[in-house]
Amino acid sequence: MEKTVNHKAWFLVLPVLVLVAFSAVIPLMTVVNYSVQDTFGNNVFFWAGLEWFQQVLASPRIHDALMRQILFSAIILAIEVPLGIFVALNMPKRGFWASLCLVLMALPLLIPWNVVGTIWQIFGRVDIGLLGHTLAKLGISYNYTANAFDAWVTVIVMDVWHWTSLVALLAYAGLQSIPDAYYQAAKIDQASRWKVFRYIELPKMQGVLLIAILLRFMDSFMIYTEPFVVTGGGPGNATTFLSIDLVKMAIGQFDLGPAAAFSIMYFLVILLISWVFYTVMTNLDKREGI
Amino acid sequence: MNLSWMAWTMPTAVFFLTIAGLLVVMTILAIRFPESPRRGVLRIETTRGDRLFISLLGSAFISLAWLAAFGAPLWGALILCLVYAAAVFRWV
Repeated sequence: MEKTVNHKAWFLVLPVLVLVAFSAVIPLMTVVNYSVQDTFGNNVFFWAGLEWFQQVLASPRIHDALMRQILFSAIILAIEVPLGIFVALNMPKRGFWASLCLVLMALPLLIPWNVVGTIWQIFGRVDIGLLGHTLAKLGISYNYTANAFDAWVTVIVMDVWHWTSLVALLAYAGLQSIPDAYYQAAKIDQASRWKVFRYIELPKMQGVLLIAILLRFMDSFMIYTEPFVVTGGGPGNATTFLSIDLVKMAIGQFDLGPAAAFSIMYFLVILLISWVFYTVMTNLDKREGI
Repeated sequence: MNLSWMAWTMPTAVFFLTIAGLLVVMTILAIRFPESPRRGVLRIETTRGDRLFISLLGSAFISLAWLAAFGAPLWGALILCLVYAAAVFRWV
């Protein structure tokens, strides 16, 4: 039987289209317009052509910020994903303790970014913060406002504290969906713990882990509030990630042209990575569906 | 409607009109000649819309790479992008 094709249903998505145009497409078009012009305020613009793009592409300041950003995202993924899986594997499977664990794990996710930043900003202070004060008493020199390494450690630990539970919860959901029969079969075959993990749990978690990696990557690649509140991008430029640099450029220096060119490139990179992840995920689903 | 706050210029207007025109053409093509997804060299299922997206996104990166390597003008990059887009529509 042939399916009836009725394209009129597409009109139902019209309201969404209007909303997205208003909140995303038109502002993005304006950014593109800004990127080829120069302004000194008052909404008066002068044609600049591709100058800003060339300037941003050749700018050592932005190269450095990009390197810091990639390093940051790589480090937090390398910590949060294995740690999240480890936590999920050790969480109780059912009963009261399972519920309690889930609630406790969800707590950090509910705290707004700026509050997390403030918590860690105070927590790490040497004069009044518990962490900073304790480390100082133990004789460990720690000062995130003066030492670049300490600032990095603080920002990374803060992100791990805030977001590992997201990976853990997703991995836990993946683990819960594995039927008991798989474990029974593994037991009959006397499979070791590692083999159960490698050949049953990991493949079954693949889908949710990809989502977790995508979410964590995107979020860390666009991170702004937490490091801004804790370190303000410092000491010097040590923790100035891409979005902090972008805001400095656009609002701090009011260089709208270069900032627009920069944000378009930033957007393109994020679009590319999202597309790759999306394609991999949908193709995995299709393969599993066969 | 006053659109001066959007700071339009002729080149950006042409750029967006081209993309809008492409989308309209793709829509008409989709209605007149329905298609089914196919698998190409990337081993992923793509429709015409997907191929247009891959072409446009790839072209953006080709243009940026050209700008970084050779600077303006971008006519060479445009030719390269058209070749790339044709290749994407043929083989992906």
